[in-house]
Formats: sequence, structure tokens, C-alpha cells
Amino acid sequence: MTALQLILDGIAAFLTLCIFSFLYKDNPFYKFAERLVAGVATGYWTMLLYHTNFTDKVLTPIFVNGQYIYIIPALLGVMMWTRFSRNWAWISRYSIAFYIGIASGVTIPVALYTSLFKQLEATIAVPITFSVAGFNTLLIVIAVLSALVYFFFSTAHKGAVGAASRLGIYVIMIGFGAGFGLTVMGRVALLVQRIIFLKGYVLNIASLFGG
Amino acid sequence: MGILEKMMQLDRRWIYLAVGLAVIIPAIVGFRVPVAVSPEVKRVYDFVNDIKPGEYLFVAMDYDPTTLAELNPMAEAILKHAFSRNEKIVIVTLAQFGPGMVEQITNGLAKEFNKTRGVDYAFLGYRPYPAITILAMGVDFRVPFPVDYYGVPLDSLPVMRGIKNFYNVKGVIDLTAGNTADMWLVDGNGRYGFPLAIGITGVMAADYYQYLQSGQLFGIIPGIKGAAEYESLVNMPGQGMAQAAYQVVAHSVIIMFIIISNFAFFATRRRRGQVGGAR
Repeated sequence: MTALQLILDGIAAFLTLCIFSFLYKDNPFYKFAERLVAGVATGYWTMLLYHTNFTDKVLTPIFVNGQYIYIIPALLGVMMWTRFSRNWAWISRYSIAFYIGIASGVTIPVALYTSLFKQLEATIAVPITFSVAGFNTLLIVIAVLSALVYFFFSTAHKGAVGAASRLGIYVIMIGFGAGFGLTVMGRVALLVQRIIFLKGYVLNIASLFGG
Repeated sequence: MGILEKMMQLDRRWIYLAVGLAVIIPAIVGFRVPVAVSPEVKRVYDFVNDIKPGEYLFVAMDYDPTTLAELNPMAEAILKHAFSRNEKIVIVTLAQFGPGMVEQITNGLAKEFNKTRGVDYAFLGYRPYPAITILAMGVDFRVPFPVDYYGVPLDSLPVMRGIKNFYNVKGVIDLTAGNTADMWLVDGNGRYGFPLAIGITGVMAADYYQYLQSGQLFGIIPGIKGAAEYESLVNMPGQGMAQAAYQVVAHSVIIMFIIISNFAFFATRRRRGQVGGAR
């Protein structure tokens, strides 16, 4: 390991401990690390956008390649900045309308197909038979219908509707439980990764002193 | 105040300390736990394993350093698997803080497997607006990425010659920590119909299993558990399998806290009820 790498890892270890210190209580070390992240992230993204997008999509096409058609989207982008002026803000609506129109036209049909029709089809695709797959299908159909009933507010949740609604809430709770378990796993993974990093750093330091 | 009441008012910092110790102790002791492979991860492995040498795999690494703990292990396992089989890989990132991190991973693994950038794999870089970028890549990779991350025109990269869009790759694996998974599903798989698998953070996993059941995804790698499974399949232990032991201890402590706190909650509620407290 080079001296530079050791110094960089040392900074990373220090910042990790600064962030962890918030678990005890808010303090200047945590505030310093938090603001550093915000500052670095803003600077990094700004320069990334300039070099990988403004250069590629505006400067080079228009001023180097002579592709003047790119002036139109560039102009739409500039129009968005008029939102900062009370008098000229209306101009930005043309850019927003263009963007929303394109996005809606492109996304709505395929989103309906992907997120609604394909999902509906999958709910009833496998026939209900005396098999594991058939039993799973039955479970899915019951779970979907009961969860939908829970969110159906036009009828009082009494009798059969009430029973289906109660089953629906259990189904939703099981979903939340699965989500919670996986979230715990994810959050622990973040902690574990940092602990492994700190362990590696301590071992590297120890090896320097013959440990 | 009884022990149960004290437990109900336990300072949360004691819980942080307990979970912290639960993670630090395995770091000192060091042990491994067996990893059981789930079918959804096995399908991703089989898919990559069935790609012939010289054929293309497309990997989108749509995450940033905040989630590298979960997603880097699976990215490394998949790239190692594909590199070891001499598959061609096209890599992009649609996460704004991803490029530097992706470059670090790909350069490291390329060196390890003796692969050459531009010949064996290409890193196209980052573009904002993931949905538009995915749609444009479906037409031609050169529309959103006229040059790669290093400013080299795609046509001058040997690895990009002869491939135009998603129809020229065997499939797409999206490793993501955000809503780009939805965009790959809707604007990618929904519009162009290519085989799609996702590697996602644990937090997201429960939301995407229905796409597996509907066949819109051929596989899912859920969080660090999925990464550990993939590492065990390719027999290349990495951060995923290393983390499994820590996870077991930490989860055991958290489950213990959940059981104790529920017991304390219901017991103290009953006691409050007996002395006239609110139920």
C-alpha cells in the first residue's frame, strides 16, 4: 500500500467516524462531514454534467460539427432559466409543456402495458390446479383481491367485504414485514461494509508498525 | 420502576451500541456461514453462464457510493463471471455519482482478468434522464453516447463494432439503488423486449418480485444476500460472502430486540390496564 493510499484511506476512516458520531448525538464533526459530502457532491455533479452533457450535446454539435438543429433543444433549455424572473417566467412553460408532452406520449402507453396489463395477466396466467404452481396462483388471486377490497372505500367494510378487507390488511402487513426485513438487511450491510473498511485500515496501520 | 418499564424507556443508543458490537465481534473473531442459493439468483447466473465467448452482456451500474456496500459485491461477481468466460461487456451508469466508482471497479477487474478497455469491454459513461437515455440506446448506443466515458468515439472502439443497440446484446443486467429499475422495466424491457434482470438493494427487493413472477424479469439479485449467493455460484468469495457472517449476528441481535421489546410492550400495557391506565 502506498503512502498516498494510506493517507486517503485515513481521511475516509476519519469521515466515517465523523458520520457515526451522530449516533451518539449531533456534533461539529458530524456537521463538518455532512456539509463536505453536500459540497463535494454538488461540485462533482456540476462538472460531470458540463463535461459529459453540455460539451457533448451543445458545444460540440453546434460550434464544432455545425449541427444547428441542436440550437432548438438548447434554446428550450435556456427558456427554463426564465423561471427565476417573475416577469418572464411564463416563457418556461413552453419548455415544460414540450417536455411533459413528449414524456407522457412516450411513457403512458408502455407504462400501462408494463405495470398494469402484464401484471394483471400474470395474476391469472397460471391456472388454479392441484399443484404448487396452482396453489401459488390461488394465493396470489386471493391476496390481490383482498388487498384491493381494503382500499375500496365506497362500501362499508362489514360482513363479507369486512372479512375480505381484514384479510387484505394482513396481506399488506406481510408485504410490509418482508420489506422491513430486507430493509434491515440493507442497512446492516451499509454498517458492515464500513466496519470491514475500518478493520482493513487498522490492519494496514498495524502492519506498518510490524503488527 | 420494574425492569419491563425500564426496557420500554431504553435509550436508543444502547441499541446502536449492541448492533455495533454485533458487527464488530465477527470482524475480530472471523467466521463464515453457508449460503443457500435462491432460484432467482441462479437464473441470473445461468443466463451469464450461457452467453458464449465473444457475445455481449450489457450491464447498467445505476448506483453511487451510498449503496456500494450492497451493489459493488454483485457487480464485481457478475463482471468477474463474464470476464472469466471471455464475454464482451458494455457498461453504462445512469446514476450521477456513479461514473468514478464504476471506472474504479471496471479498471481493477480488467487488470485482474487481463482485459483491455475498448477491446474486451466498453464503459460508455453517464447521461442524465435515465428513461430518455434507455429509449435512445434502444435506437442506437451512439445516440446518447457518441463517445465513451474517456471521450473516444464509439465507432473507433473494436468492442463496439458490429453492435448497434439492445438487439445486439444477449441481455441486460441492471444493478440499481433507485427508480432506474422501473425505467429499465418500462422503457427498456417494455419497449424493446430484451431479457432483463436486476440487482437491487435490500430495501427495494420486496417491490420487484412481482415482475419476476410475471416474467418481465428473468432474475433478481436481492441485496447483499443475493450478492453472496452469486459469489458462491461463481466460486469467487468476495464482500458478499464476507458480509454474510456479520449479517447473521446483527440480525440475531435485532430479532432479539424485537422479541424483548414486544414482550415488554404487551406486558407493561397489561399492567397499565390493571391499574387503570389507557389500553
